[in-house]
Amino acid sequence: MLLLPITIEALIKIGLLIACLMGGTSYLVLVERWIAAWIQDRRGPCRAGIPLTKIRLWGLGQPIADGVKFIFKEEFTPAHVDKFLYFLAPVIILTAALSVFAVIPFGSVLPFDFAGVYDAVAQWAGAEPLPEYAPQPTRLVAAPGLDVGMIYVFAVGSIAVYGAILGGWSSNNKYSFFGGLRSSAQLISYELPLGLGILGVVLLSGSLRLDVIIGQQAGSGVWNVLLQPLGFLVFFVAAFAESGRLPFDLVEAEQELVAGYHTEYSGMKLMMYLVAEFLHMIAAAFLMVILFFGGWHLWGLTGSGEEVTWLEAILRIVVLLGKIMGVILFFMIARWSWPRFRFDQLMSLAWKVMLPLGLVNVVAVAAWVEYGDRLAGWVGVPETAAMAVCGWILLIACWLVVTVSIPSTYDNRPLRVPATRGGQREGAPTP
Amino acid sequence: MQSTVLAILAPILLFVACVVGLAVVLLVMGNCFSPGRKTRVKRMPYESGMDPIHDTRRQFDVRFHLMAIAFLVFDVELLFLYPWAVTAQAAKLAASQPAASAVATSSVATAAESADSTASTNRAMDATVAALRGTELVENRDLVFPGVMVFIALLTLGFIYDWRKGIFRWR
Repeated sequence: MLLLPITIEALIKIGLLIACLMGGTSYLVLVERWIAAWIQDRRGPCRAGIPLTKIRLWGLGQPIADGVKFIFKEEFTPAHVDKFLYFLAPVIILTAALSVFAVIPFGSVLPFDFAGVYDAVAQWAGAEPLPEYAPQPTRLVAAPGLDVGMIYVFAVGSIAVYGAILGGWSSNNKYSFFGGLRSSAQLISYELPLGLGILGVVLLSGSLRLDVIIGQQAGSGVWNVLLQPLGFLVFFVAAFAESGRLPFDLVEAEQELVAGYHTEYSGMKLMMYLVAEFLHMIAAAFLMVILFFGGWHLWGLTGSGEEVTWLEAILRIVVLLGKIMGVILFFMIARWSWPRFRFDQLMSLAWKVMLPLGLVNVVAVAAWVEYGDRLAGWVGVPETAAMAVCGWILLIACWLVVTVSIPSTYDNRPLRVPATRGGQREGAPTP
Repeated sequence: MQSTVLAILAPILLFVACVVGLAVVLLVMGNCFSPGRKTRVKRMPYESGMDPIHDTRRQFDVRFHLMAIAFLVFDVELLFLYPWAVTAQAAKLAASQPAASAVATSSVATAAESADSTASTNRAMDATVAALRGTELVENRDLVFPGVMVFIALLTLGFIYDWRKGIFRWR
């Protein structure tokens, strides 16, 4: 029925989204380099400006120069690689990283109906008018109406593991191989706490659609981070690890693995890997803001309903992007502030700390959804306030338990392997 | 109905198609413009300047495999929790309201309709509530929460077994 206007609307949004993401990524790289320079007390990129002139513009021309450089760099394929998988891997990782954004809202709604605009243009061009339809505001999501948005994000996000492990395996290089193995182990381990953290939010809002989750927080005026801080903590750590940022960047620990799974990549394929990693971070920031920080909602500024004025619609976009920028800046500052984990620490954090905490959070939220109103009524306080208090008490209790029960030192010396006959195996490298 | 499903799925398919197209264009563009100067040493695997020692495809630590299996078990069980999580809130609301005489099937249809046409928060929730009213999930609701808790307890038991087995120990 309205398939043609829907397709055109989707194409406009897709173009806008991909252009903004690719452009935004390159400029965020510049921001990250500025922050690195600021933290390490040096100048950072400040020279590239408008080409062929002497205008420097604080280094704003750097991303363009980087892009041109990536295009003209030698794209070298080593002799020993598995050709098909070697070319497939960057395509997979970039596709997975970008496709996630199909269901992530980048604003609230715009107060006009796109089908109406299409209708007007079509009639002006002499086409038949559209049949009757109920006008709806234009939603700022590339694919509105998908009811399983969160599951889609999960499913597509998991495909990134293939990009990493295929790239590492097909390169036929030991650094790449270990990087690929580590990255797959890390990504799948932290996917469980990620899912458990989200489950609490889904329980509370009763929907897997991201715009509904924002709407629920805006409607009640209470962000999820206030209600279930434990869930936020679990999600936050897991999202950090999933995007492979510094305290968790075991995947490409430079001192150990050179560059991890993309050691043998160069030129455009390397750029695809790097862009995909940055997109993972942006997606993590989007999800964090949408699930836990109320999305486009800000008290007293953006309103909370579906009917918006143009001012409100633009304010909502600005608020959302501002919050996301804040989270991304935190990611960047964290990168230059913390030392890296050891691999055994990374794994035990995922399985022995975050997974149990995630389970505790899910059980607590489920119990609250089931019995919370009775408890609040019995004590005689508003339900939301009671939940927030319980949530923070739970967080502090869990933190105490974890702090007390974690040993201060780990014994990570290798387990003694029983010697094979004749002591040293032949050809085994001496440790 | 079919056109509605298509209207929901078309943007996603378009998005994925555009993204794959972009990735392939980037790949081809990189190959078009880049110089190619091959030398024998350059074509060797990079091993920090040393000559590579034997092939990469060798044995690796079995713990990566154990981790993958543990992940598979937990992740699938986690996915089972999602349908319950989506409906838990609405089922409670539906149970607290007086059971309407409306036939469940027709309200499911209207719920689906209004959910993808209006999609406003409250209406989507109301629609789910209306759809759930009078269904089995609401009638047997007292059993749902203990059931899920038993499920999570079993999951935890498996988790404890894995822990005791030392799967999560990396040394």
